[in-house]
Amino acid sequence: MLIQFIAFYVFAAVCVGSALMVIAARNPVHSVLFLILTFFNAAGIFVLAGAEFLAMTLVIVYVGAVAVLFLFVVMMLDINFVRLRQGFMQYLPIGATVGALLLVELLLVIGIVVDSPDAGGLGGAPMPPVERQSNTHALGALLYTRYMYLFQAAGMVLLVAMIGAIVLTYRVRTGVRKQSIAAQVGRHRADAVEMKKVATGTGVTL
Amino acid sequence: MGEFWSGYAIPGIWIVTKILALLIPLLLSVAYLTWFERKVMAAMQLRMGPNVVGPWGLWQPFADAIKMVVKETIIPTKANPGVFLLAPMLTFGLAVIAWAVMPVGDGLVISNLNVGVLYLFAISSLGVYGVVMAGWASNSRYAFLGALRSAAQMVSYEVSMGFVIISVLLCVGSLNLSDIVRAQETVWFVFPLLPMAVVFFISALAETNRHPFDLPEAESELVAGHLVEYSAMTFGLFFLGEYANMILMSGMTTVLFLGGWLPPIDIAPFNWIPGPIWFALKIAALLFVFVWVRATFPRYRYDQLMRLGWKVFLPLSLLWVVLTAGVLVAFGWAPGA
Repeated sequence: MLIQFIAFYVFAAVCVGSALMVIAARNPVHSVLFLILTFFNAAGIFVLAGAEFLAMTLVIVYVGAVAVLFLFVVMMLDINFVRLRQGFMQYLPIGATVGALLLVELLLVIGIVVDSPDAGGLGGAPMPPVERQSNTHALGALLYTRYMYLFQAAGMVLLVAMIGAIVLTYRVRTGVRKQSIAAQVGRHRADAVEMKKVATGTGVTL
Repeated sequence: MGEFWSGYAIPGIWIVTKILALLIPLLLSVAYLTWFERKVMAAMQLRMGPNVVGPWGLWQPFADAIKMVVKETIIPTKANPGVFLLAPMLTFGLAVIAWAVMPVGDGLVISNLNVGVLYLFAISSLGVYGVVMAGWASNSRYAFLGALRSAAQMVSYEVSMGFVIISVLLCVGSLNLSDIVRAQETVWFVFPLLPMAVVFFISALAETNRHPFDLPEAESELVAGHLVEYSAMTFGLFFLGEYANMILMSGMTTVLFLGGWLPPIDIAPFNWIPGPIWFALKIAALLFVFVWVRATFPRYRYDQLMRLGWKVFLPLSLLWVVLTAGVLVAFGWAPGA
């Protein structure tokens, strides 16, 4: 038990600390790297809570794919650090409002959990104990039966988002000489090479 | 005090012993993989390969290691020192911690995780950070170009790799790596899922930035990509990490498709040989293919690489997932059905 205890506090402390560094770091690339560290420690906390599937999905999806693209974009930006700091006071009211709202909502959630610890499970299906069914099975059984329509709807929303992103960035370019692999592989010697017998001193027209 | 010994100290010592028992052979095989690669390539190109240091050049890896250690580590003035030094450590560390869930024999695994496949997939998808961080922190154009290529390439090939893993999981019904191996007792998955095995192996080549997909470090155009500014042991760690990743990917292919520690046929002379030996032999065979591919194929062009990933492997593996699921349900072969 002691090890779990220590592990939880290490993960939680690093998680909060690096989340703080995301907004405090001067260099945006460092911010993204700290964000990745935050994700990673959140995954660690998931593992401690017995939600291994969620932990691994968090690492695969957020750390392995989303944050890579984040990093990709941030590295490419040509950022003027001095200019970046200038608007700080101007954005402070909005940022502070959003932050305060989030804080109040989080406190409400925590308050409900403290007030009636079973409230979280009231609307959902009960989760079978971990010893009897691995949580991958449990999640799958729930998602593909009870929440099938919602699951499909989420998929549709993602599909629409993807199509939207493609439509927004797609532009027709003319004059592109695209390689047609099929045409290239399908070529025969007869299409490409011609044998000519050239008599001495006459030359040849091709 | 008694609780301390039985509860923490003895399990702790036992885990460290297990880790060392896995790590030392792993690092030795990484060292000898470099020797193996040079020897095999040399034989394929009618050369001798390393043959001066020790018999058949067998001490060459150690000579290289000593050279790496005693050289000076140079950090470029304009580099970002923290990230610059973190990148090689990350690459090497990730290549090593993935082995925690690898079942080298029946029950011979450090952590028998229920979501072992996902863990391996997650760790291997993190490998891109070492390269990207190295490329950015070096503050050099070649390194940065290499990092960008690597990021795009690894993210692209992960998608089809994920689908390949799903089609294997459909046949097993478990995410536990030991269960996956045990499910192959009747037939190795390489036979019913041959196209997926090929897709997985080629994606593994792309994930490890190996030839013919070594565009991130293409020495003829990018000098050495993200490795340009690295010297001595920082370079050494990248090098070790890359080769450990090759062994890891071969191990993953072995577990998913070649029946892990199982002998090819379960009859007398074959099942006398212990499981870990079979596992090592299968990995060695796959590593030979890694080297063979390097000596055979020219490097892909970047657009061809992306086309292969997105337009060939992705639809193919997606189709195969649907097909596998359909067949399993239609014939009632689905595990746990």
